[in-house]
Amino acid sequence: MSTATTQKRSVSAVIWDYLTTVDHKKVGILYMLGGAFFFLLGGLEALIIRIQLIKPENDFVSAGLYNEMITMHGTTMIFFAAMPILIGLMNYIMPLQIGARDVAFPFLNALGVWLFIFGGLLMNVSWFTGGAPDAGWTNYAPLSLQSPGHGVNYYVMGLQLSGAGTLMSGINFIVTIVRMRAPGMTYMRMPLFSWTTLVTSILILFAFPAFTVALFLMQFDRMFESAFFDIALGGNSIIWQHLFWIFGHPEVYILILPAFGIFSEIFPTFSKKRLFGYTAMVFATFLIAFLGFMVWAHHMFTVGLGPVANAIFAIGTMAIAVPTGIKIFNWLLTMWGGSIQINSAMLYALGFIPSFTIGGMTGVMLGATVADFQYHDTYFVIAHFHYVIVGGVVFGILAAMHYWWPLMFNRILNETLGKWAFWTFFFGFHLTFFVQHFLGLMGMPRRYWVFLEGQGLDVGNFVSTIGTFLMTIGVLIFLYNIVHTYFKGEVPAQDPWDGRTLEWSVPTPVPFYNFKQLPLVRGLDALWLEKMEGDGKIKPAEPVAPIHMPNSSILPFIMAVGFTIASFGFIYQLDGPLGRITIYIGMAIAVGSMIIRSLRDDHGYYVEFDEDEPQKEGA
Amino acid sequence: MKSWMGKMKAIMLFGFLSLLLAGCGKENLTALDPKGYGAEKSLDIILLTTGIMVGVFLVVIIIYTIVLARFRRKKGDNHIPEQVEGSKKLETIWTVIPIILVLIMGIPTVVYTFDLADTSEASSTLNINVTGHQYWWNFEYEDHNVVTSQDLYIPVGEKVYVNMLSSDVIHSFWVPTITGKMDVNPENVNTMYIEAYEEGVYWGKCAELCGPSHSLMDFKVIVVSPEEFEQWITDMQNVDPEEVPTDAVAQEGQELFQSNCMSCHAIGDASSAGPNLTNFGNRVHFVGYLEPTKENLVEWIMDPESLKPGNKMTGMYEVTEEEAEKIAEYLMQLKSTDVTPESAGGLID
Ligand code: HEC
Ligand SMILES: [Cu+2]
Repeated sequence: MSTATTQKRSVSAVIWDYLTTVDHKKVGILYMLGGAFFFLLGGLEALIIRIQLIKPENDFVSAGLYNEMITMHGTTMIFFAAMPILIGLMNYIMPLQIGARDVAFPFLNALGVWLFIFGGLLMNVSWFTGGAPDAGWTNYAPLSLQSPGHGVNYYVMGLQLSGAGTLMSGINFIVTIVRMRAPGMTYMRMPLFSWTTLVTSILILFAFPAFTVALFLMQFDRMFESAFFDIALGGNSIIWQHLFWIFGHPEVYILILPAFGIFSEIFPTFSKKRLFGYTAMVFATFLIAFLGFMVWAHHMFTVGLGPVANAIFAIGTMAIAVPTGIKIFNWLLTMWGGSIQINSAMLYALGFIPSFTIGGMTGVMLGATVADFQYHDTYFVIAHFHYVIVGGVVFGILAAMHYWWPLMFNRILNETLGKWAFWTFFFGFHLTFFVQHFLGLMGMPRRYWVFLEGQGLDVGNFVSTIGTFLMTIGVLIFLYNIVHTYFKGEVPAQDPWDGRTLEWSVPTPVPFYNFKQLPLVRGLDALWLEKMEGDGKIKPAEPVAPIHMPNSSILPFIMAVGFTIASFGFIYQLDGPLGRITIYIGMAIAVGSMIIRSLRDDHGYYVEFDEDEPQKEGA
Repeated sequence: MKSWMGKMKAIMLFGFLSLLLAGCGKENLTALDPKGYGAEKSLDIILLTTGIMVGVFLVVIIIYTIVLARFRRKKGDNHIPEQVEGSKKLETIWTVIPIILVLIMGIPTVVYTFDLADTSEASSTLNINVTGHQYWWNFEYEDHNVVTSQDLYIPVGEKVYVNMLSSDVIHSFWVPTITGKMDVNPENVNTMYIEAYEEGVYWGKCAELCGPSHSLMDFKVIVVSPEEFEQWITDMQNVDPEEVPTDAVAQEGQELFQSNCMSCHAIGDASSAGPNLTNFGNRVHFVGYLEPTKENLVEWIMDPESLKPGNKMTGMYEVTEEEAEKIAEYLMQLKSTDVTPESAGGLID
């Protein structure tokens, strides 16, 4: 009986710990947990979509529900699965890689994760309140203005909430990297994953505001009866497309650059060779990010912008192939002459190369305006961006999970299960999406609830659906692997992969203060350098001294709850006074916690080392 | 592991090949077998870029295979490879070659982009005003006072300009075999020319999400000889919307139609809130995808919602099943001309 109560208390203590945490590692895990939950949800939606399309004129779901499925699948996967999981990884890994004890603004970090989680949940509440958003994840006006019910309102508020969180993370990471690198960690000694975190954060900083503005205009149109996009009242609906894609195209790079960073860690580690052309890799990352802002209108070739605009954007788009190609060849040359060890993490990295190359190739092909007139809004595009996002981002995430799992959870994911999961997922992925290139060219537009009988599209769609089943099995094996590892997993030795970068120098489980003494970085691949030229131990840059740490706080959580309540109010604000009252209540909670936060001095606390045992001490 | 990977690759290759052999899709729908100017130009660029890209892919795969074949770690091998920093020469090569490839692809792309956007001859040839509606298409031959819906008739071998506008949300006009797509926006007229090389009946599709029945917003392009086209225009001009059918059932049907349906449907040269039904009896399909049988038509009149979710006709009138049958009888007889999809070669099945 007594053990039961202690156990119970410890569960609630753990929950309380996570609700109030400002530790970048725990925030990172919250991001990943939230992202994983939404990934499963988005996967379920994908499964429903593909079952509907298993045969012509199927009626597994109704037309209206189908449109809700595609909208929620896209939105969920991009905003609530891929991006949060990557931000979670950056949160966990980047400070360790640059030798920092936390991110620059731990409180803000916690606020960001709760805004993301509540934003995602808020949007999914729409399923139960009369219908999810149904105008596609791109939410084009005027269809989105015309969409009945509150679905699109949920889209607007859910993304506004989580978008604010993302913007905070972006700013946070930039300041962290600029200000908090360990002594000796110059920019050109930073691991590539930290580099891509920096560049991604810069992209977030410049791209998200465009989307925030778009969402505000949409919110005004839908909830306050303004007419920014309403043509009848003098508005213009094409503006939405511009704002959306000015954000939306860089968003693609916000997703893929961190994945590039992950692979740039994995290839050298498992080839036992330094990254080939490090400098070129860094500059290619910047070039991709820069060009990424110049090409948004390639999503709009058929809008009727005219040949001059179309031609310029076509060339810009094709040009991105150059830095991307540099990266692919540099990865290959990293392995060339190396001593390649193939395990699950490396398998995903190896699977990434051909898959992503195909995605990049079709990207160049889509950039050719005249060809795009055929590809646009067909299954060819679906195939293209799944090759990029699954073949690039999802493979990257899965590779990262296998690679950094020992660091994050002090267990090694099972290799046999890992390989099974990889092969089913990899095979299923190609089976699902390769045929879709042809389906598009054979005349199947995207976002089609049914395709007609006798149009030659049956076989391709059937194959594609079977592929989806295989992918599902792959994901299930991966999940089983996590459970299996949790209970029976092998506890890794320190630095299990013979790593090269700083994060492998900290003891596991990682202490909450990360580094007892800030490390002294003497070159690129800091740990490897010490292994080759020193005693394999990172030199400390400071004597053992009390460490200043931030206090945990429940305020970020309460603020996020407040904003979420207010969002509900906005969603229903045209339906009567209740909506407006809810806005005031929510805002009162959020602004109230902000005031408390501002007025109360919180200087954090010091960790004292007493005979090597860390002791918490008051400030 | 290695043999595994080989097997997987073999299976996949087989899968792709068998799919390719299954053909390029349906003859009058696929973009891979063009029968019009725009589609032909698009395919040129598609083939050029695909060719170059497949070349690049092969280079990547060859290096990849060599790497995996030669540099796998053997058991017990603990050697530390040489830590190569990079190679200026190699890196310059794979920067410069892609730039050249981009130029090779970019130049024809730009030339064709301007070619396909050229509307300088628009005033001297046939112009058709296309209106996209949720979820049907209206075609107005302004110079000839002819209006039709769902089926677009054009003469073979002639440049025809379509001026497109939407009455509600954004649609996109796509006839894969004849031309690439262009959006049909509610705020501005988009103009594009199409030129078909062969007579026939081609599928058109709406390619921009426009609501629940987006996937059922199909139309047809019926390409006929120039003489037949003249004939069709004259026949359509000469239709008497008031013409009374000969048999009694159809006559009753006409009266019922006039009192229940004419608020939205026109017969003759008017555009209306619903499709123009002047040559309804000649349609290959109605509402985009249904066989024009009497049963289907009655079902449509009685319960449009189940056949086309979210359409703008549901619930706007009240007729009994009996009345619907009479109306259907009347509508099926609306064959105003001998120039029909059948005379153009019919729908290839
Ligand atoms: C409120 C206006 C409205 C009324 C009244 C109306 N319709 Fe319709 N009708 C439409 C619209 C809109 C469509 C196009 C539906 C679609 O494809 O989405 C349509 C389509 C049709 C079509 C198919 C046309 C084609 O070629 O594809 C037929 C046939 C038809 N209606 C018959 C009737 C009959 C018979 C009546 C009277 C009993 C009627 N309609 C009353 C609006 C109306
Ligand atoms: Cu449409």
